[in-house]
Amino acid sequence: MGKTILEIKNLESFYGPIMAIRGVSLKVEEGKVVTVLGANGAGKSTLMKTISGIMDPEKGQILFDGEEIQGREPHAIVRRGIVHVPEGREVFPLLSVDENLSLGAYSRHDRAEIARDRDMVFDYFPILAERRNQEAGTLSGGQQQMLAIGRGLMLRPKIMLLDEPSLGLSPLLVQEIFAILKRVNRDEGVTMMLVEQNARVALDLADFGYVMEIGRIVMEGTADRLMQSEDIKSFYLGHQEEGQRGERRWKRKKTWR
Amino acid sequence: MDILQLLVSGLANGCVYGLIALGFVLIYKATEAVNFAQGDLMMLGAFVTLGLSNAEYVGLPFWLAAPLAIAIMAGVGYLLDLLILRHIFGQNQTAVVILTIALGFVLRFVAGAIWGHEPQTLQSPLAMGDIRLGGVVLGMADVAVIVVTVLLTICLYQFFQRTKLGLAMQAASQNQMAAYYMGIPVKRVQGLIWGLSGAVAAVAGILFASKGAIDPNAGLLGIKAFAAAVIGGFGSLPGALVGGLIVGVIEPFASRYLAAGYSQIAPYALLLFVLVFRPHGLFSQVRVKKV
Repeated sequence: MGKTILEIKNLESFYGPIMAIRGVSLKVEEGKVVTVLGANGAGKSTLMKTISGIMDPEKGQILFDGEEIQGREPHAIVRRGIVHVPEGREVFPLLSVDENLSLGAYSRHDRAEIARDRDMVFDYFPILAERRNQEAGTLSGGQQQMLAIGRGLMLRPKIMLLDEPSLGLSPLLVQEIFAILKRVNRDEGVTMMLVEQNARVALDLADFGYVMEIGRIVMEGTADRLMQSEDIKSFYLGHQEEGQRGERRWKRKKTWR
Repeated sequence: MDILQLLVSGLANGCVYGLIALGFVLIYKATEAVNFAQGDLMMLGAFVTLGLSNAEYVGLPFWLAAPLAIAIMAGVGYLLDLLILRHIFGQNQTAVVILTIALGFVLRFVAGAIWGHEPQTLQSPLAMGDIRLGGVVLGMADVAVIVVTVLLTICLYQFFQRTKLGLAMQAASQNQMAAYYMGIPVKRVQGLIWGLSGAVAAVAGILFASKGAIDPNAGLLGIKAFAAAVIGGFGSLPGALVGGLIVGVIEPFASRYLAAGYSQIAPYALLLFVLVFRPHGLFSQVRVKKV
C-alpha cells in the first residue's frame, strides 16, 4: 500500500439548489491513477470542482497530504500542487500555445525548471511544439485537449484532476491521449484522478476505480475487478442487452443503502 | 496645410477619446461590465493633477504632480473595485451599469465640491506655445498628446505581452474559469485592471487638460469615447485606440466641411454605420469555440 495523497471524507456539495454530491468518500494513493466513472449528472464534475476549490462543499473534508483543504480559494489549492484539467479543455483562445503553457506555471517562480518542463510537455505532445506560436483557439479539439493537459503538467502537479479528457474526441485520438497519460503517469510519477464516461479507456489506464451514481459512490474496486464486473459490463462497456424500458439503474446489486 | 492642421488637432482629440475607450475596454474585457464612469475618472484625474500642481492649490512641480496623480487614480480605480464593484459581483449587468452611471454623478459632484464648477486651466508645460513647420502651425499641446499616447500604447503593449501579470490579465479576461484553474487570483487581477484603467484615465485627463480648460462636466466626453470603443469593436484594445482616433479626426473635418447641424452627429452617424455593416466593430475578436 502506497501513501494516501488525497482523501475525501463524507463530502456533500450543492450545485445550485441540487445536492449533487451526497456523502462521497474516496482515497487516491500517490503515483496511482484513480478513476471515477458515472453517467451524466452523477456529480463527477461537481466533485472535481469541489476539490479544486471552484465550489465550496456543504459538509465533509478533503485531505491533501494530510491537510484539510476544503473551501479554500482555488489559487491556494493550485499552489499546493493540485491541478484541474477542466471538462471541455478551456484553453485561452486568443493566446498562443506557448503563452497558455506559461500560464500553467503561473504559481511557480523557478524559471529554469519551468523551461525544462516546457520541453518535457513538447516531448509528450510534439504537435504543440510545432504550433507553439499559434493561437490556441485555432487548434483542433484534440490539440486543445493536449494543450489543456500540457498546461496542467506545467504546474509540475502532485495530483492532476482530469475531467473527461475523452469528451468529443475521435476514438483514435482518445487512444492516443490516454497512451500519453499512461506514459506521463509511469515516467513522471504524476498521480491522477480521472473522471470519465468512457469506462473502457478509463479502466484501462486506472489502477483503482469508483462508480458514482446520483451523487453517491455505488461501487469501488481495482480496475481489473471493475472491468470484470457484470454491472460495469452491461452499463458502461455495452456487452449486454438493455432493460425493458431501455434504461436501467443499479437495481440488481444494491451496493449502497 | 489646413488639412494637416485639422488632422493633427483631430488626432490629438482622438488620442484622448482613445485612452478613455481603452479604459472602457480594459474593464469590459476583464469583468464583462461596462464602466460608464470612465469619462468621469478621466475628469477626476485631470482635477487631481490640477489640484496638485497649480499654484493656487498645492503647487507641486508638474513633473512630480503628474505621476503622483496617476498613482492616486490607480488607487482610486483599485478601491472602487474593492469597496464597491466586488460586492455586486454576480448581479445582473443592469445593476452594474446603473451603479457606474451613479458613480459618475458622484465623481462629478465630488470634483465640483473640491475644485468648484468653474472651468479651470492646468498649468501644464505641455500646453506652451506652437510649432511652426513651414506654413503649418501646430499646437505644442496637440503634438505632445499624440507623442504621449504613442508612448503609453507601447508601454501597455509591452506590459500585456511580456510580463506575467499582463499575461494573467489577458488570461482572466479570455477565460475566467480557466484562469481560476491555473491558480490566478482572478479577483485581485480584476482589481488591478481597475487600477490600470484608473491610471490610463488619469493620463487621458492630464492630456485633455493640457489642451484646454476643464470643468467637472468634462467627463461627459466619455459618451464619445464609448462610441469610439464600439466602433473599434468592444473588447479590442487596439480597436479602442483606432476607434478613438477615427472619432477624433471625423469631428474637425465634419465641422469644417459639413453644415453646422450635421457635424455634431458625425461620430454617431459613423457608429450607426459601423454597427449596421460590421456589428462586432472594426477589430472584433469574436471567435467560435471549437468542441
